[in-house]
Amino acid sequence: MSELTDLYQEVVLDHGKRPRNYGPLDGATHHAEGLNPLCGDHLTVFAKVEGDVVKEARFTGDGCAISKASASVMTGLVKGKSAGEVDALYERFHALVTEGPGAAGDPESLGKLAVFGGVHDYPARVKCASLAWHTLRSALRGEGAPVSTE
Amino acid sequence: MTTATAARQVPAFDPAGIRAQFPILSREVRGKPLVYLDTAATAQKPRAVLEAERRFYEEECANVHRGVHYLSELATRDYEGARATIARFLHAEPRDVIFVRGTTEAINLVAQTFGRQRVGAGDELLVTTMEHHSNIVPWQLLAQAQGAKVVPVPITDAGDLDVEALERLIGPRTKLLAVTQVSNALGTVNPLDQVIRIAKGHGVPVLVDGAQGAPHLGFDAPASGADFYAFSGHKLYGPTGVGVLWAKREHLEAMPPWQGGGDMIHSVGFDRTTFAKPPARFEAGTPAIAQAIGLGAAVAWLEAVGLAAAAAHERELLAYAEGALRELPGLRFVGTPLVRAGAISFLLGDVHPHDVATIVDRHGVAVRAGHHCAQPVMKRFGVAATVRASFGVYSSREDVDALVRALRAVQEVFA
Repeated sequence: MSELTDLYQEVVLDHGKRPRNYGPLDGATHHAEGLNPLCGDHLTVFAKVEGDVVKEARFTGDGCAISKASASVMTGLVKGKSAGEVDALYERFHALVTEGPGAAGDPESLGKLAVFGGVHDYPARVKCASLAWHTLRSALRGEGAPVSTE
Repeated sequence: MTTATAARQVPAFDPAGIRAQFPILSREVRGKPLVYLDTAATAQKPRAVLEAERRFYEEECANVHRGVHYLSELATRDYEGARATIARFLHAEPRDVIFVRGTTEAINLVAQTFGRQRVGAGDELLVTTMEHHSNIVPWQLLAQAQGAKVVPVPITDAGDLDVEALERLIGPRTKLLAVTQVSNALGTVNPLDQVIRIAKGHGVPVLVDGAQGAPHLGFDAPASGADFYAFSGHKLYGPTGVGVLWAKREHLEAMPPWQGGGDMIHSVGFDRTTFAKPPARFEAGTPAIAQAIGLGAAVAWLEAVGLAAAAAHERELLAYAEGALRELPGLRFVGTPLVRAGAISFLLGDVHPHDVATIVDRHGVAVRAGHHCAQPVMKRFGVAATVRASFGVYSSREDVDALVRALRAVQEVFA
């Protein structure tokens, strides 16, 4: 059995408590809402896109430590990435949180995402970790309807 | 020696002996003894219930009400026997007891039959703010279909029903009041005598959601003055997939069928079909036979334990739990009702309830985190979610102590 500290790593707790890139984004070109109806977690992700590149991303909302930390880390990581690169990063993140570090490819290049390596042992929490990513990708696709984890 | 032996009496209520009748409570989860504090979601089942279902399948499995063969006679006898047991529990007549899938189905049945007959454009349905979604949404669907309006009855800061507001809101346009006996999210016990008296004063029919109330308080249906009472088997130590609707006979006889099918008809022809009398009219298709028999066994088991003794044990335990939780720095109760049964909702500092539930689960403690299918309650208290610990007849002080230890561990992680 995994230890609780695999899920609640120091970095996760820190990002959950003091989320980076938190607050509305002036001049956002894209935004979307994400909702986890099971727990009531609710995020809005904003992005400023120039050409195909995410120049900046921020988020607001309320959620558990895992969902806030995920949004915090994600909004930092996607800066400077194209929509295609964001999708590729998401695929690796998804593999990481559903199947574990073994499925997510080269651990070095996962960078900060590696702190979510414990999530796959907590199936009930995968949606918490994924909410920000689903919301960002919906924003980048310009979809109007709020994203739901259900 | 002899005097001591003679003086020894069988205890009226034996918590350890009761607990021992629940096989699942002796298992471990995640390497720790199971501490089950999610009884409001579903109660665990005593051996008597498991045995009743096993016996049905192994010894008398057959369909009911049709066969003339021996097993069908046995199955029918025990299915109807369960109905009689449940009727006794509700102080009611068996023919006024309808087997349904659960509380949700019971409420939908009433909304779609009685509701469609009685509710029209411009009418109002009073629904309290503390209702479970299953006692809100069926009324919204009815209101949409009929051009009527669902009017919420507010609750106080303590999580009690605002009875004065009810008195203000009820009026000539009110066609029904839907109220829970016990709030699943807050543990509030509603003053049903008073509430039903107010409704009766305006000639308003009352549906009582007994999902959380029946297991802890029971219900004297005819004496209550209520028109409808619904509860679920699985929250009353019985199987999933079965529940009960009790209704006043005058309503049952006037209500049209809801679902059509076998067993609910008197005769079927393409020119004319006539319907069976209640309760069969409302039990289309093969019912949940084994589950109904299991629920009968659960009710009989709870009566043998003694509902009053069980309620006293649970009251004492709730008081102990409130005291123990209050000792935790940063813990805040969501809902401090005048009278509580079953559940305690709380927040632990600013730690999100999902994080709390994940961490205490790793200590073997099962609690519920979320909105508890009562989003209007969450909105009323300005929170997205709470942690809910809920108790049953088998719960113990040791369970509470384990919860408190696990909550301290949460505080260490988030220190």
